[in-house]
Amino acid sequence: MSASDPTETSADRALDFFRDRFDLDDRSLATALDTALERQVDYADLYFEYTTTDSVSLEEGIVKSGDRHLEQGVGVRAVRGERQGYAHSDDISVESARLAAGTARAIADETREHAPVAIATGSGGHDLYPISTAPTDVPVAAKVDWLNEIDAYARAKSPKISQVMASIVCQHKHTLVAASDGTRVADVLPLVRVNVQVLAADGSRREVGYQGAGGRFELEEMRDPARWQGLVDEAVRIALLNLEAEACPAGAMDVVLGPGWPGILLHEAIGHGLEGDFNRKKTSAFSDKMGQRVAAEGVTVVDDGTIPGRRGSINVDDEGTPSKRNVLIENGVLVGYMQDRLNAGLMGVEPTGNGRRESYAHLPLPRMTNTFMLAGEEDPEEILSSVENGLYAVSFGGGQVDITSGKFVFSASEAYRIEGGRIGRPVKGATLIGNGPDVLTRVTRIGHDLALDEGVGTCGKDGQGVPVGVGLPTIRVNDLTVGGTEG
Amino acid sequence: MSASTSSQQEMETVVQHALESAARAGASQADVLLVEGDDREVRVRGEEIEFVKQAQERGLGIRVLVDGKEGRQTSIVSTSDLAPDAVARMAAEAVALARATAADPTAGLPDDGFATDLPDLALFDPADRNVALEARIEDAKRAEAAARGFDPRITNSEGSQASSGHARVVYGNSRGFLGSYESASHGLFSEPLAQEGDSMQRDYWMTSARRLADLEDAAAVGRKAAERAIRRLGGKRVATCEVPVIFDGMTAPSLIGQVASCVSGYSVYRESTFLGDKLGESIAATDVTIIDDGRLPGGLGSKPFDGEGQPTRRNVLVDGGVLKTWLLDTYSGRKLDLPSTGSAARGTGSAPRVGTTNLWLEPGEKTLDELIGELDRGLVVTELIGMGFNPTTGDYSRGAAGLWVENGEIIHPVEEITIAGNLGDMLQSIDRIGSELVWRGRTAAPPIRIASMTVAGE
Repeated sequence: MSASDPTETSADRALDFFRDRFDLDDRSLATALDTALERQVDYADLYFEYTTTDSVSLEEGIVKSGDRHLEQGVGVRAVRGERQGYAHSDDISVESARLAAGTARAIADETREHAPVAIATGSGGHDLYPISTAPTDVPVAAKVDWLNEIDAYARAKSPKISQVMASIVCQHKHTLVAASDGTRVADVLPLVRVNVQVLAADGSRREVGYQGAGGRFELEEMRDPARWQGLVDEAVRIALLNLEAEACPAGAMDVVLGPGWPGILLHEAIGHGLEGDFNRKKTSAFSDKMGQRVAAEGVTVVDDGTIPGRRGSINVDDEGTPSKRNVLIENGVLVGYMQDRLNAGLMGVEPTGNGRRESYAHLPLPRMTNTFMLAGEEDPEEILSSVENGLYAVSFGGGQVDITSGKFVFSASEAYRIEGGRIGRPVKGATLIGNGPDVLTRVTRIGHDLALDEGVGTCGKDGQGVPVGVGLPTIRVNDLTVGGTEG
Repeated sequence: MSASTSSQQEMETVVQHALESAARAGASQADVLLVEGDDREVRVRGEEIEFVKQAQERGLGIRVLVDGKEGRQTSIVSTSDLAPDAVARMAAEAVALARATAADPTAGLPDDGFATDLPDLALFDPADRNVALEARIEDAKRAEAAARGFDPRITNSEGSQASSGHARVVYGNSRGFLGSYESASHGLFSEPLAQEGDSMQRDYWMTSARRLADLEDAAAVGRKAAERAIRRLGGKRVATCEVPVIFDGMTAPSLIGQVASCVSGYSVYRESTFLGDKLGESIAATDVTIIDDGRLPGGLGSKPFDGEGQPTRRNVLVDGGVLKTWLLDTYSGRKLDLPSTGSAARGTGSAPRVGTTNLWLEPGEKTLDELIGELDRGLVVTELIGMGFNPTTGDYSRGAAGLWVENGEIIHPVEEITIAGNLGDMLQSIDRIGSELVWRGRTAAPPIRIASMTVAGE
């Protein structure tokens, strides 16, 4: 167990970590950067990472395995115009960084004289997830006991529950970014997640229910029975509900989305389309739409990396830019893109703190953090009763978007028919498909019940996964295509 | 960057040291996977190089099993630090971690049956060993130029990307098995954008192979990608209907992959597959034969032994529509009282699990063009998006884009629709299988026609 000084920020602790363990001080960082700058590059940066991940999982009533993984390395990038050279090594040392810098700089031919890099000791941004015990330091035995409690609790909920799978996944990540402009920022990021999946059986019919939750906080926060039992209750409820669910209708209809996780609509329909790289290259359906109306009046969408403890939150991004609260759509009008350094520079705007990467082995890209729609004023009940016949979708699995055509899909894990303005029969397997640039223009009602998701989202782009969050109040969207099998 | 790659002998020494360390720390059984590789990737967009990425990576995964009261306790640790003291420390940590878990009577290494023959599967061409980065940049440039120059409506692109990777795998276990193999993979991918009026569309084409010489010509990759993007221009929704649906060679493999995931031993013993009680029964139309073969020469999924040291082999999953076998590793096999089918897949950071190797659907007689010519009214699916498949129930509903066909002619492109059904019904109603079988990855399938699915649109 590592006890830490509560007055130290995550940034301080990460700097100490890399200095004490790997001899990475300002001088050695400058030396590695100097190697990259010997060629005609605009900019170079180093990204050091040391991540411990552990997971313990239960199946068939026993905790069958414990895993512990160590991932460490350095990625070095040299940038010239739109061109990036990248090399990485799984060894954390100044020598490895210098070697990688020698490879990364190969995108530029000409050598040059340059002033030595002067590392600046700037502020580390926010301190959004201070913890005193790393989740990976919580003893495995405690996690095993907890999983056994989850199993017993789930099985006691209903005789129809035939299988329970549960896992506790903890991550503790140290990062250090140093760049040729003197940027030097470090961070320690905790991440926890508890997953519960149950299988309900009734005769020959079987259905799965899943619920997970987590964020950047101490594992202890999830240990409160009210919190984890709530997850199990949900997983069991969804599995049992789906045993009763009917085939989903097919065709265009009015849809009411519930609060929280259905915010994946924003992530897929507009979020990716507003990432700086696609807009700089003009490959997004949202290219050149800045200042134009892309959503109904009253729709304001924000990407906010600064919410304490959230899964998608970051003190600084993976290029050293402090995270921000960025308004993307304000009262229906497109006002902002999400940027990393490269694309912001090429577009002549400021970085927005959205330069993120999966690991040292990946180039940073403009990515979302926590993306949500601000609350409106309407009563969710009234929104439901405003729809005569349609679909009410409460929870979702995954989604995907085609940036260029703007077409997106997301799949409901809990949905109901709306019949005569009331919640009707549950339906299963509903996939919703729509067109990003116009779907938000068809939002006709916005509830006052904004909620963020439970903290389980992972976004994939270019083969890189990063943790994200979404949020939504209850909204009504007209004329969305629902992909079921029933007429 | 290959100068400092370890030799096979050095890697074997690390594996042996990890096995000895695990035994010394108290493990009754252990197995160790060590992978070292180097990878290069380059993307060209327009006339500019967008990025050049080079890396050397290594990963060591140690699984230990400790004897408990009624079975064995298991843990898995992984690291990239191969220093002898670091490896010994990780092995000891693994044993301590295992002791905190529950004993599982089913856990354990295979008792016997380890691979003794390690055939040369042509996974690597020594001629490609030192392929110059410049040569791959040239490939990406040729693909990009061909895509951009194909038609004036190709106005932009996400770029063309070439990659070359080489890896050496060493696996050893406490039963005395120690094996290794080298493999390579090369790829080329192009993703242009077409624009006309308000419609902007992207599409892609790709090729990948174990040998550089086996890649499709770079210019052909670019042209094919451009052709696909252009034919999507002006796509629209269609009215909700039930029609025959043809999956083309790019989308059909996903269906075959979903069938394989539903016959994995894990989903069977967990009762989470709709095929769980169908062994020996008809699950598909009579001309449906699905094979997984880990020993196809040059196959992108080929390897001489699986993630537990068992020999890979040819498994006929579905023969003439009848489900013949589950895909099993040792653990899921024991659960079902069956021997392993040599289907263990193992990464350094994970326990063995069931995976496919080279998986395909046997082709039929007619070309895709002929299948389209025979279609009175229906849909050709050229791209699928989203994850709407439930293996427990077989319920299937995914976003799609493609081509609308009437009287044997392609009428217009289609987008913003979903196709839905149940995989069980879909397999039974496959009424045509095309002739073109092209490998672009580990799973391949010719075009498939399904007699009827629900297309949801306007």
